[in-house]
Amino acid sequence: MAAKTLYDKLWESHEVRKNDNGTSLLYIDRQLIHEVTSPQAFEGLRMNKRAPWRKDANVAVPDHNIPTKDRDKGIEDPVSKLQIDTLASNTAELDITNFDMSDPRQGIVHVIGPEQGITLPGMTIVCGDSHTSTHGALGALAFGIGTSEVEHVLATQCLVQEKSKNMLVRVDGALHAGVTAKDLILAIIGQIGTAGGTGHAIEFGGEAIQNMSMEGRMTVCNMTIEAGAKAGLIAVDDTTIEYVKGRNFAPKGSAWDVAEAHWRTLQSDADASYDKTIVMDASHIKPMVTWGTSPEMVAPVDGFVPEISDPNKAEQFRSALKYMGLTPGMPIEQITFDKIFIGSCTNSRIEDLREAARIVKGKRIASAISLAMVVPGSGPVKAQAEAEGLDKIFLDAGFEWREPGCSMCLAMNADRLEPGERCASTSNRNFEGRQGQGGRTHLLSPAMAAAAAIAGHVTNVTKYYEN
Amino acid sequence: MQKFISHIGLVAPLDRSNVDTDAIIPKQFLKSIRRTGFGPYLFDEWRYLDHGEPGQDCTNRPLNQDFVLNEGRYQGATVLLTRENFGCGSSREHAPWALLDYGFQVILAESFADIFYSNCFKNGMLPIVLSSHQIGELFKATLSIPGFSLDVDLEQQTVTSSTGTRYTFDLDAYRKHCLLNGLDEIGQTLSYKQEIADFESEHLKKNSWLTQEVR
Repeated sequence: MAAKTLYDKLWESHEVRKNDNGTSLLYIDRQLIHEVTSPQAFEGLRMNKRAPWRKDANVAVPDHNIPTKDRDKGIEDPVSKLQIDTLASNTAELDITNFDMSDPRQGIVHVIGPEQGITLPGMTIVCGDSHTSTHGALGALAFGIGTSEVEHVLATQCLVQEKSKNMLVRVDGALHAGVTAKDLILAIIGQIGTAGGTGHAIEFGGEAIQNMSMEGRMTVCNMTIEAGAKAGLIAVDDTTIEYVKGRNFAPKGSAWDVAEAHWRTLQSDADASYDKTIVMDASHIKPMVTWGTSPEMVAPVDGFVPEISDPNKAEQFRSALKYMGLTPGMPIEQITFDKIFIGSCTNSRIEDLREAARIVKGKRIASAISLAMVVPGSGPVKAQAEAEGLDKIFLDAGFEWREPGCSMCLAMNADRLEPGERCASTSNRNFEGRQGQGGRTHLLSPAMAAAAAIAGHVTNVTKYYEN
Repeated sequence: MQKFISHIGLVAPLDRSNVDTDAIIPKQFLKSIRRTGFGPYLFDEWRYLDHGEPGQDCTNRPLNQDFVLNEGRYQGATVLLTRENFGCGSSREHAPWALLDYGFQVILAESFADIFYSNCFKNGMLPIVLSSHQIGELFKATLSIPGFSLDVDLEQQTVTSSTGTRYTFDLDAYRKHCLLNGLDEIGQTLSYKQEIADFESEHLKKNSWLTQEVR
């Protein structure tokens, strides 16, 4: 029998049928739903008089629009409120579980899935959100879909899909202290480009991945989409099993034993082959900071805003620098900030907050920073951080401590940049206008964002880890 | 879904790579709970000089005269010509909805992001991949020939220019079939209802934890 990759195995175990034209009908174990990409899917279902195929496979949560402060006042923006109310009424009508704003489990959809054991190894998982790739960190096949496909899954529990190619990103060696999963994925995107993984499912492997926590693995898989691949995957190992064990909706008792035995097989065969392989050395990676308007426009902290080299990209390069208000040759460490955002489905888990708190402890944010905010990924992350006293560390340093949600990653709620403002952000996209029209985003790790808050500019966080 | 068989239309050139879906339709417009009405806000931050809000009347907003879609010669364009990795970033289907609502039926590019590419077909819009050389030729023609239009034949999988140049393109047979016939994909899948039910019952028996209720 031919050797198989993890992706091949997950695909084959969910293939309902192969169609004549090269596509397959794929069974979906779990659909996560949020307020922005679902209303039209529910409407479509109603218009065609269709019922959900298996309502229990769906779990909903509002996250994109919701306010991160003064929640007792409700949602001020009537358009946002309507969208969140629509999610509540749609899910109530079809008896689909919805963790609404008052539910202590509410949070960013890609944080609460793994946290609650709603997403588990071996599952096929979809959501109308491109960062669904996050859940691949658990050895699941997870990818983002559009609203028509949300409706398709609601109605049929299946999707018509063409199988992607297999790509392996192997990261050998160990990351230096202060260099994190975020720096690793930014370095990977910098190397292969934002279309480097298009048409592929990317499996991450190698020593650096094996030694990484689940939180770190989720950060890596989360930004797989920024490398062009819909799905990122990591093999199941002890770290995965330990993480899942005891989660609210993870199997218990004898069901756990059966599940664990199955999950431990979720690895690529040793002699499996890939259509594309990239090998990186973790020890060469430094803290990374984006300087442009695409995640591939990234440089190491001790680097410079580059000079134009590729004539085919000259126009894009010039327009990015114009938007960002930077000049070629400028040291990355001279980039100064107005705002700091620690949060998003990429970096709002407990480990991220611990890492940032460790840097800011006993210090004050620079006077030039007009707003520094920490937005935990979920209710339980917030509660855990508060139990550890992290909220106090952030508040004492001058940060705001907010309620969970997507917040300033995409600025659909009130949290946003004003035109020209520059932000050190732990989120995933530095596109023009992403954090507010005219806002300038620099992507970096939570530790780097914390260090930037104290210094007021980019600074190499690894110095905090010496001795 | 609307059938797509063939289309003849004026071409508008958007000479940028990596156009992301945040640029195609900015986040504030995603608060809508409808599928239509996004056209006036397509490329909102590039197209207008002020900040747009959902529901705003766009007729008197200040236009960015440097943005290509605002040029008189491209008014009424229904074919969008662009470069690499079009539609990257967010999976928002509001991006194809906005392009379609504006009037675009066909998008020609060197490459597309995976999710965006798939989303186009669900809405009767045809994304076509051509080589970078062919795209380069089409940019030249669009810029130099006033009223340059293309004739797209899905059955034949060809793109023919008003000057007679013809290119062929590749397309997955299932997607082509659905577009040509305007098929409802959900209806297609439900025709395999029994197969799905059989698979599911076996699958959930083997992986019993998948039926754990989340409440």
